[in-house]
Amino acid sequence: MKSNILPSLYTTIFLVSMSCLLYIVDGLYFHITETERKCFIEEIPDETMVVGNYKCQFYDPKTGGFMPSSPGIGMHVEVRDPDDKVMLSKVYSTEGHFTFTSHIPGEHVICLYSNTTKWFSGSQLRVHLDIQVGEHAVDYGNVAQKEKLTELQLRVRQLLDQAEQITKEQNYQRYREERFRGTSESTNQRVLWWSITQTFILLVMGFWQMKHLKSFFEAKKLV
Amino acid sequence: MSRVINLNHNMYLVYLLWYFNLMLSVSAVELTFELPDNAKQCFYEEVTEGTLSTVEFQVVTGGQYDVDMSLESPKKEILYKGIKKQFDSFTWTAAQTGVYTVCFSNEFSTFSHKLVYMDFQVGDEKPLPGIEEHLSAMTKMESSCSHVHENLNTVIDYQTHHRLREAQGRKFAEDLNTRVMFWSIGETLAILCIAVGQIIILKNFFTEKKT
Repeated sequence: MKSNILPSLYTTIFLVSMSCLLYIVDGLYFHITETERKCFIEEIPDETMVVGNYKCQFYDPKTGGFMPSSPGIGMHVEVRDPDDKVMLSKVYSTEGHFTFTSHIPGEHVICLYSNTTKWFSGSQLRVHLDIQVGEHAVDYGNVAQKEKLTELQLRVRQLLDQAEQITKEQNYQRYREERFRGTSESTNQRVLWWSITQTFILLVMGFWQMKHLKSFFEAKKLV
Repeated sequence: MSRVINLNHNMYLVYLLWYFNLMLSVSAVELTFELPDNAKQCFYEEVTEGTLSTVEFQVVTGGQYDVDMSLESPKKEILYKGIKKQFDSFTWTAAQTGVYTVCFSNEFSTFSHKLVYMDFQVGDEKPLPGIEEHLSAMTKMESSCSHVHENLNTVIDYQTHHRLREAQGRKFAEDLNTRVMFWSIGETLAILCIAVGQIIILKNFFTEKKT
């Protein structure tokens, strides 16, 4: 009896979770032109996982709406780390997801643009996007299934992940404050040294001007 | 016996479909994007009726740290309009199912591009898989865990706001640092040019021009 139920149950779970995944991707969306490049900035601590889901739709001038699925266009996803080095640069299909883990704390830039061959703006594109960072990126359903955790254990696992994320963010905050302090001290030093230098140059130029003029007037026999 | 098994199967399907429906109106997206001068950026989201949603934004860098924001319902009526605000948060319950539009406008600014953080939350946070099947009351342990989870969510939220404020200060300090450098170099060159220029012009006054 059990063997009768279980396969159909698992297929149902699979189908529903797949459709749920599709629907999550259909969340927030925005419009860009074909040649436009849209970038989003994520300021994250190091060793943080970022998961992005997107879906791209082409504008159909015939119906005046957006086609539900448009094969043929690819979406170029480029991720740069705080040192402006490319971490991830791949062309995906119209629908997909990308993942990356940061190694350096700081501002990571995620850029999306279509791999169109046109040079100037073509038709409109509707891009559905969902970016989840850190603890929100973890799929707890998956974790529960793989490690066979009870609900309470799963909840505790979630709390542990959240606490870890908070700790990382606090650490990152300390690093940022250090940078801020460094910048302020550098500004202070610069103001000090440039003021001294400028005053010194002013005095030197003043003396040079007087000396030069004196020798000039003496040569002209006016003095 | 097979009827009981079928009933259980149907109940499970009902739970799954209910969970699926819950997922329909649940999402939370945080995005930080750049808004060039004279530009407008709109985000659209499908919201089902009766869902409590929140839009929050904060300007991180740029100009006077202000931006225009408007929120439109599917019937094109304006639910919220903020002019030149630095940060704000707006919560509303969707009156009808449809696409709600959030627009950020920097059209009043001619040369400062802005960096805007936006948080669009639709519905409550989706529960952990397995938790929502509890038709009985939660045990003390589970309810206190749930309480801790909500508190940690608040902590993370405060951390985000703190990070944005700190980023605002830090970027301004870095901008100031580079500006001090460039202006100092510029002023030094100006002093040298003016000093040499004065001497040349003065000498010119006293030299007889060869006619």
